[in-house]
Amino acid sequence: MSAVAETMNVTDERLAGLTLPAGGWSDVARKDALSRVQMMGLPSRRDEYWKYTRPDTLTQAVAVPAALFHNDEAALFDDVERLKIVFVDGVFDADASDDLSLEGVSIEHLATVDADIHWARDIYGVLETNGQKPVERPLAALNTAFATDGVLIHVTGAASRPINMIYLHNSETSDVMLHNVIKLDAGASLTVLETGPAAARLNMVTEVEVADTAAFHHIRAQGRDHERRAATHIFARLGTESVFKSFTLTANGVMTRNECVLELTGDDAKATVGGACVGDGDFHHDDTVFITHDAENCESRQVFKKVLRNGATGVFQGKILVKAGAQKTDGYQISQSLLLDGDSQFLAKPELEIYADDVICSHGSTSGAIDETALFYLQSRGISKAVATDLLTLSFLAEAVDEIEDETLREQINERMASWLERRRG
Amino acid sequence: MLKIENLHVKLEDEEKQILKGVNLEVGAGQVHAIMGPNGSGKSTLSYVLSGREGYEVTDGEAHLGDVDLLDIEPEERAAAGLFLAFQYPVEIPGVGNMTFLRTAVNAQRKARGEEEMSAAEFLKVVRAKAKTLKIDADMLKRPVNVGFSGGEKKRNEILQMAMLEPKMCILDETDSGLDVDAMKLVSEGVNALRSEGRSFLVITHYQRLLDHIKPDVVHIMANGRIIKSGGPELALEVEQNGYADILAEVS
Repeated sequence: MSAVAETMNVTDERLAGLTLPAGGWSDVARKDALSRVQMMGLPSRRDEYWKYTRPDTLTQAVAVPAALFHNDEAALFDDVERLKIVFVDGVFDADASDDLSLEGVSIEHLATVDADIHWARDIYGVLETNGQKPVERPLAALNTAFATDGVLIHVTGAASRPINMIYLHNSETSDVMLHNVIKLDAGASLTVLETGPAAARLNMVTEVEVADTAAFHHIRAQGRDHERRAATHIFARLGTESVFKSFTLTANGVMTRNECVLELTGDDAKATVGGACVGDGDFHHDDTVFITHDAENCESRQVFKKVLRNGATGVFQGKILVKAGAQKTDGYQISQSLLLDGDSQFLAKPELEIYADDVICSHGSTSGAIDETALFYLQSRGISKAVATDLLTLSFLAEAVDEIEDETLREQINERMASWLERRRG
Repeated sequence: MLKIENLHVKLEDEEKQILKGVNLEVGAGQVHAIMGPNGSGKSTLSYVLSGREGYEVTDGEAHLGDVDLLDIEPEERAAAGLFLAFQYPVEIPGVGNMTFLRTAVNAQRKARGEEEMSAAEFLKVVRAKAKTLKIDADMLKRPVNVGFSGGEKKRNEILQMAMLEPKMCILDETDSGLDVDAMKLVSEGVNALRSEGRSFLVITHYQRLLDHIKPDVVHIMANGRIIKSGGPELALEVEQNGYADILAEVS
């Protein structure tokens, strides 16, 4: 079978099992997305963009079941004052969720909004479509077409507390597509927390419109279920003097592909996307980032750290595209892995494409082992090798975690990582 | 306190003998200094005693009290009361100095079967000790040695020593990279820790440190052996005449 025929076969099989949600304001976007998926076909391992990550379990018609992960640790951000929105295997759980009212913010969930006119219509599938060039992201288009739920958040002022989407995974066979749309008006600000695995297989798209001088902060902790799989996309468009900061923490999960596609369209915008991941054994984690600078004096940072052991694989594909006229761009990109043994691997593909002549762009990618001198230093103070290794692991991850601006939230992430490492030490 | 007998050490990865039969005994409460030309094996001795990887002991023994040092892990040696002040203290980004100190203090206490120090008690003690070394609250909060000046790093080493209360302290070229004032401050820190139950082995190139930390015994090390031992006047002799005379004398 030819590569094209194979791709179309996979795509047809996947589409055959899905039903396009009918009616309402998103109708046009969904139908358009479906036709785009049919044109593009779902990714196959022959696609350059999927060279380091096998897409088959993310594209096949039926999701591989994933055992549930049980533990007794308190939910992350439990003691943070926040508004909770709970989904169980992709289904909104009204009883477990807080009242969806927050001053200066309108919150709805996708499944219940069937009016013909809605503010989200200007964003839903629109940022995703923009993000399909120059690189195709068919799984995101599939999501736009078939997403069954998600949140629609419109922020007009400064949100007084973070919104926490909690994605629970209760069915071993759940196969879920969620699509969030977040719109921040000029000057608005919001912090979104996302926690949990969501499903055995998750396909998630989040589109974020950050208007002039608005600030969006995002912290995500992908669930610890060992067998879960996820393909996520964030598409964001940044206006003048706006701020976008996203951080993702990942531990466990056999397959994770996190794509982040940012477009800086207004002058003096600042974007940061970062991630810390700790992988052990059967673990494949792929961060794929594409940042387009299309305005002057903007700053973007990509900071990714991965700790890998027992045959875990980490992938980083990060690109900065500086368009002609995007002068005074300051782009920074670092991706590093700490390989705790010889079985693990880290594959990195940093890319810069620059069409302006007055820019600063730097990138770096490294793979290394634990620093023996630092290890000895800690041991010489009486700290056991295992604890010292954990301290140095946290030290390695710190540069990424430090990108979280809020000190309380940052400390929560640090404490959680420390407790995970301690637990594994037994 | 510390007894080293006929210690022979080579590099693990190559056939290079570095220590060729070191004999040294430091009594309780004593301060011994080791001087010697570059490459004589001084730092290697400090690393081998504290358990750094990369060295192979081919012969000899080293005991701290009853404890056979060469048989155990670096952290066990620390819990047994050995402390090495590094020539180049290591920077550890992302780990707060306080967290590091408290982890170390409690790890050693735990290893010795003692009760761990509570956060409040620890804070009280560390603040008091930091103050005498002119280490401010900011230095305690910052990541371990990150952005510290040369003098601050060495003061931080002495603070660790003060917190861990070891029996046997090895100072590996603690004076390197210090200006006159910093050396005075570090020396005062060390002198404040001198006691009957605590011994010091001070490795240095220069006699000047020994003006501040007065040794009981001075050893000259060359080519992997201690070739001469004497009183403090031996350090003055080296300062004035260099090592040539001593090397000629023993060869």
